[in-house]
Amino acid sequence: MMNKKRPKHLALHKIKLPLPGFVSILHRVSGLLLFFFLPLLLWMLQASIRSIETYTQLVEILQHPFSKLLVLGLLWAFFHHFCAGLRYLALDLHMLSGLAQARASSKWVLGISLLLTVLTGGWLC
Amino acid sequence: MLERIVTGAHYGLRDWLIQRVTAVVMVLYTLSLAGYWLFQPVMDYNAWTLFFSSNFVRTFSLLFLLSVFYHAWIGVRDIVMDYIKPAFIRLLLHVLVILALLLYVIWSVQILWGI
Repeated sequence: MMNKKRPKHLALHKIKLPLPGFVSILHRVSGLLLFFFLPLLLWMLQASIRSIETYTQLVEILQHPFSKLLVLGLLWAFFHHFCAGLRYLALDLHMLSGLAQARASSKWVLGISLLLTVLTGGWLC
Repeated sequence: MLERIVTGAHYGLRDWLIQRVTAVVMVLYTLSLAGYWLFQPVMDYNAWTLFFSSNFVRTFSLLFLLSVFYHAWIGVRDIVMDYIKPAFIRLLLHVLVILALLLYVIWSVQILWGI
């Protein structure tokens, strides 16, 4: 009975993550992504208010397709982290705690953050 | 009998709370800014800098950025603790993240009050 093999190696690629788990790992990924891009975001804020020249320069840089793609990615990271974070705050208040609600709210988080990304992306670009 | 594992101070609950308090600050700031700029007819350099010349906006913005940095520290620290096992690399990453975030604090003040 006691000769279980340790350590146990999990075949991660064979495990299908439940939807709330998927939202959870994306919360980490999006948070880390936002952390890595903090210097760029601060630099953008600085350029936008420092002078009319740096402002115009920034607007020009943001016209580039590559910049737009990056902005879109960061918008998604922001909105996903935002929506998933609100869901966690709700969970802290003992809301959405049933399995069905946990699944449904995970779908809403994924959907709304994508929708907000598309909407703000379209509005900005 | 199990040996007691000493994990230092009881910072877990405090950090949990700070993570949530800073999150609420960021939500309020985001909604306020989105609400304001969605209803502004013009969005150009003049409107933008006029907005940031208000002391209230500067203070609220700095509060937001400080919340971002503290929130980021807790999140990144948790990620490092979960995935990085060697003590030296873990410590090094913690130090680098703390230094980066402290520099961002100084930079933020310079950005907001340097116009």
